Amino acid sequence: MIRFALTLAAFIGLAGPGQAAVDIQEVTSPGGITAWLVEETSVPFTALEIRFRGGGSLDRDGKRGAVNLMTATLEEGAGDLDAQQFAIARDELAASFRFSVSRDGLSVSARFLTKNRDEAIDLLKLALTEPRFEESAVARVREQILSGLRSDQSDPNRIASELFNGIAYGDHPYATNLDGTLESVAALTREDVMNAYRDTLVRDRVFVGAAGDISAEDLGAVMDALLGDLPTGGAPLPEGVETTMSGGITVETLDVPQSVALFGHTGIPRDDPDFFAAFVANEVFGGSGLQSRLGVEVREERGLTYGIGSYLVNWDYANMMIGQFATANDRVKEAIDVVLAEWEKVASEGVTEDELETAKTYLTGAYALRFDSNASIARILVGMQMDGLPIDYIETRNSKVEAVTVEDVKRVAQRLYRPEDLRFVIVGQPEGLDSVN
Amino acid sequence: MRFAILALFASLAIAPLAAKAGEVTSFELENGMEVVVIENRRAPVVVHMVWYRVGAADEPPGVSGIAHFLEHLMFKATDELESGELSETVNRNGGSDNAFTAQDYTGYFQRIASDRLELVMSMEASRMDGLRLVPEDIGTERDVVIEERNQRVENDPGALFGEQMRAAQYLNHPYSIPIIGWKHEADQLTLDDAMSFYEQHYGPNNAILVVAGDTDAEEVRQLAEKHYGVIPANPNIVPRERAQEPPQLAERRLEYSDPRIGNDYVMRTYLAPERDPGAQEEAAALTMLAEVLGGSPTTSALGRKLQFEEEKSVYVAAWYSGQSVDDTTFGLVNVPVPGTDLDQAEADLDRAIAEFLEEGVDADKLERIKTQIRASEIYSLDNASGLANRYGAGLASGLTIEDIEAWPDILQAVTEDDILAAARKVFDRRKAVTGHVRSTPEEVTQ
Repeated sequence: MIRFALTLAAFIGLAGPGQAAVDIQEVTSPGGITAWLVEETSVPFTALEIRFRGGGSLDRDGKRGAVNLMTATLEEGAGDLDAQQFAIARDELAASFRFSVSRDGLSVSARFLTKNRDEAIDLLKLALTEPRFEESAVARVREQILSGLRSDQSDPNRIASELFNGIAYGDHPYATNLDGTLESVAALTREDVMNAYRDTLVRDRVFVGAAGDISAEDLGAVMDALLGDLPTGGAPLPEGVETTMSGGITVETLDVPQSVALFGHTGIPRDDPDFFAAFVANEVFGGSGLQSRLGVEVREERGLTYGIGSYLVNWDYANMMIGQFATANDRVKEAIDVVLAEWEKVASEGVTEDELETAKTYLTGAYALRFDSNASIARILVGMQMDGLPIDYIETRNSKVEAVTVEDVKRVAQRLYRPEDLRFVIVGQPEGLDSVN
Repeated sequence: MRFAILALFASLAIAPLAAKAGEVTSFELENGMEVVVIENRRAPVVVHMVWYRVGAADEPPGVSGIAHFLEHLMFKATDELESGELSETVNRNGGSDNAFTAQDYTGYFQRIASDRLELVMSMEASRMDGLRLVPEDIGTERDVVIEERNQRVENDPGALFGEQMRAAQYLNHPYSIPIIGWKHEADQLTLDDAMSFYEQHYGPNNAILVVAGDTDAEEVRQLAEKHYGVIPANPNIVPRERAQEPPQLAERRLEYSDPRIGNDYVMRTYLAPERDPGAQEEAAALTMLAEVLGGSPTTSALGRKLQFEEEKSVYVAAWYSGQSVDDTTFGLVNVPVPGTDLDQAEADLDRAIAEFLEEGVDADKLERIKTQIRASEIYSLDNASGLANRYGAGLASGLTIEDIEAWPDILQAVTEDDILAAARKVFDRRKAVTGHVRSTPEEVTQ
């Protein structure tokens, strides 16, 4: 591949169909649960995305990894079905249920054929409302998670993100990985899993998106059936983060031929009047193409890395401006110097008219490309609701991008890009580079 | 839960399945370029792909990685385009583009609003015969490729071991060589190496155009004739002639240790037949074998036995992908619970397979897999890119449209006897490589 797929880009909260004629309906079930729906009957199946706010940040004190363990055990037996019987029932329906957890939410991603809809919903409801969490299932899944954690111990990317998050987020849940540590996970019990379940899967924190072959009326019935019996309440949501990160370099030595670098400082809130200017600025600066300033200077001109990018990240409780690259140990220092120089340049000069236009045409044109499947549409619908965006956001989004001027970018770049605050975390054996605090 | 360590294999479990995607049209241009059009009006978007029937396995000796390096260099200047202009123009028009290199093919693609199809086609045509590399392109891009290798392979002990497995699996066939190239060769590649590979293999008579999405056959035919039809066939292109495997008579065993390994494991691959045009039945049986034996960690034969009943494994899987020009592999992995000796883990795996052959295939399980395959044909209609990949990769691997479209029915026809017969044939230790992978070297007992 010519280009490294930069997965972090998925976290950018700007999602919605562009020119694609996407008609979103707001559906409120008889029981009072709201969902956003894009009805598309050409293929006889539905993608359903359900997200519970809080997710991995709801772990109780000393129980890091409990929500993650609980989430991974949801499909390991429910009601009168054990893990294998549950999997068999799901496979017989050719349905797919995925349970995953992030910092801000627990996600249920379901896919089912129209002809099997009722049975699939009944089965999914079992997992959500009557999970068994048997000792043997908890133990088995816990061992799988521990096995993953053992592999992660030598993964430079994982080590870098742990270090960076520790520095950035102090004592907030964001500071540690939501799958826990070898010690915390080994100590988790069935009771911890039960608590995590009660803390997380509550009706009043749920967001639903659906796309595919389902009517508004049917979706209402599906939501009541699936979610109507869940309790309300849940564990208290976290507080906002007071990021206290300072500029500098943190080096962690690891015996690998290539060093991994994570860098960043605080970003800009989603509802800031200059958010779109910042979003366009970042596309010029470190966006997905090889033509971004970071891409050109670090990869195309100097061959220092296979991939580099920068991202505006808006979590529920923190706004960050972060980036990453990986380069040979003897070239890390050069790459850092280039990134810092670019950071200073964009802060003081902003971007050119030509760069701005290129970024705008890319962002507005690429908008429609995000809506390439029912599953992606359903995910986007949930993301929009969790971000508090209006239901007509999609129609106005491109004009907000279009309206950004070079003056807007210059204004926002001065406060967004702060080289003196930029913290680099380097994992590897970088030559001639020491930690600077 | 879905196990992350070896997720790569899980994704291969169900091999790509052809969908009867309503509007699939194919034709050939006079210069020999094959064209496939998949009409899918879900969104006002098209996927435009050109697949070349050349990959890493077609490289001359000593220049491993040249197919992939050339793929990177294809984004430099052409007769009509400046270096980087293609991607920049795609971006300026709100599209995205990328490329990929495999053992059997190299592909270039763009996703873009359907009214820009001609624009991307004209640029893709320009680099089909008009690449103009200059010496300055080489050094920097080669550094990028070395960093790509560092990122994908050198920093990942599992990937390093995977290279050793393949090298041991193939005695004579170039599938033994990594796509990205051995490091000592990849960092010596030259402009001449790249241009000579380009002139030998690129041209309309070695290419497949796949356009999927908001378009139709007539529009694509007109545009393709205008932009690709004018490119003369490349006379250097000859049918693939690769070194083939001799009879494999001796089992190979590898011991690998790396302190970065988090979980010790046993892996084995067997040389296995691939899908051949007009003869896909054995590959279909092997595809189903991989599913029933080790597809799902919860319900497959190995998962049930070793993870659930005996609780001896943290993760166990089988995989097979029949889409390949030449002999492919059937793979097995067992990650035992910590503290298990790897000889024991290997014995457990072999015993579980022997029991499976003895007990036969769970008929309900086989039926469920067939149900899922039928459903996946419906789910696949949701996404034009997936359909484009299916046809492109199939054709570039030597199959015909008829083979690709017959595949789901061939899978449906697989019986228990077919699966067991395929298993007994493929599980031949003389054709196998077995690896023990651990964090610390095995202690030698005196």
